[in-house]
Amino acid sequence: MNGVHDLGGMHGLGRVDVEADEPVFHNPWEKATFGILLATMGQGLYNLDEFRHGIEVMNPANYLTSSYYEHWLETMEKNLIEKGVIDQEALEAKTQEFLKNPEASVPQREDPELANNLSQLVRGGASSSREVSAEPRFGVGDRVRTRNVHPQGHTRLPRYVRGKQGVVGRVYDAFVLPDTNAHGEGENPEYVYCVRFDAKEVWGDSAEPREVVHVDLWESYLEPV
Amino acid sequence: MSGERTTDTRQAQAPEDRTYPISDAEVAARAKALQSLLTEKGLISNDVIDKVVSAYESDIGPMLGAKVVARAWSDPEFKKLLLEDANAACEQLGIGGMQGEHMVVVENSAQVHNTVVCTLCSCYPWPVLGLPPNWYKYPQYRSRAVMEPRKVLKEEFGLDIDESVDISVWDSSAEVRYFVLPERPEGTEGMSQEELASLVTRDSMIGVGELRTPEQMR
Repeated sequence: MNGVHDLGGMHGLGRVDVEADEPVFHNPWEKATFGILLATMGQGLYNLDEFRHGIEVMNPANYLTSSYYEHWLETMEKNLIEKGVIDQEALEAKTQEFLKNPEASVPQREDPELANNLSQLVRGGASSSREVSAEPRFGVGDRVRTRNVHPQGHTRLPRYVRGKQGVVGRVYDAFVLPDTNAHGEGENPEYVYCVRFDAKEVWGDSAEPREVVHVDLWESYLEPV
Repeated sequence: MSGERTTDTRQAQAPEDRTYPISDAEVAARAKALQSLLTEKGLISNDVIDKVVSAYESDIGPMLGAKVVARAWSDPEFKKLLLEDANAACEQLGIGGMQGEHMVVVENSAQVHNTVVCTLCSCYPWPVLGLPPNWYKYPQYRSRAVMEPRKVLKEEFGLDIDESVDISVWDSSAEVRYFVLPERPEGTEGMSQEELASLVTRDSMIGVGELRTPEQMR
């Protein structure tokens, strides 16, 4: 979708704000939110593409003004409610309880098997690479043009490189296609290509000299030139 | 790619009296509420947070990437493997995992300086760099790094890339996770791998910062 998250090339967002000695988590709720992601996505309650799209459909004003882990909270609430794992009214009621009693603690529970499984997931990863029988359509050195498409749903084709010509620099594995996997329409794996764009092609006269941008793109995002 | 679909009914959905940003108190309450409900359902536990998440505060961080870089500087065979198959090379050092299942290393040289970004969200090679800092995930860097990298590096990070050097920006838009192999600095001959690793900063492996110098380490 042409959402506020698709930020490449946007002006006016300000200076890069580097926090000195930034902690990994700024407060306990950020750390808990990360744990909730590991536990819920790690147990397959929703997939990574659904997770990302849930952030993309946030209110744009909220997206731009909220802290990073709030985005995670928003999408996890949305996905878990939609999947029927939790009930929206129950969540709102429980939130009110904690607003009234900020010092109240979360119920304590230990689950060594779950913790161990998730530790293994952290160490082993969860690749979305898939075997496909087809050969890649494009090869290294091929000139390609990105399609000028504007899907309403999830895609990983950024706006700033739509309808642009580039050269295939690398051919990667076939990966789960986010455009369908985010909407319960299947994995439909496609080869992913690292495409090299001259900055002038992307930004015209605004391009800095001697700049190249590489973007990783699924096969259906590309056409031959 | 799919064609047009019905607009998601929760898109930009907000009650009319909602204002942003949401208060810290409310966000904290929501996180606790969610954790509570999931705990009651047996879907999460405290040791997930205390043990598994804590790994990203202590064990998984840029010191791992620094080890990889130091080894590549010291060992030409390892460097060759790192550039051809970064995952295989990192696994030799016991490094790898979530959000690094498909890593690619891009090498700086006298001709090319590399910088990594994720314009669409916050994709970052966790197994070698740990979790990304806020500046990497927030709109300012994500919007500007692909359009004016030389200016961003100089004005925001104090990294002045000479006009004669090309800048290659890698937008991590799919599942490949990039990190930078900086050039080995002069005056480091004879340094051990541990000493070399101590020169390697997280920001040098993203492509926005310099290495430490041997002089700084004395």
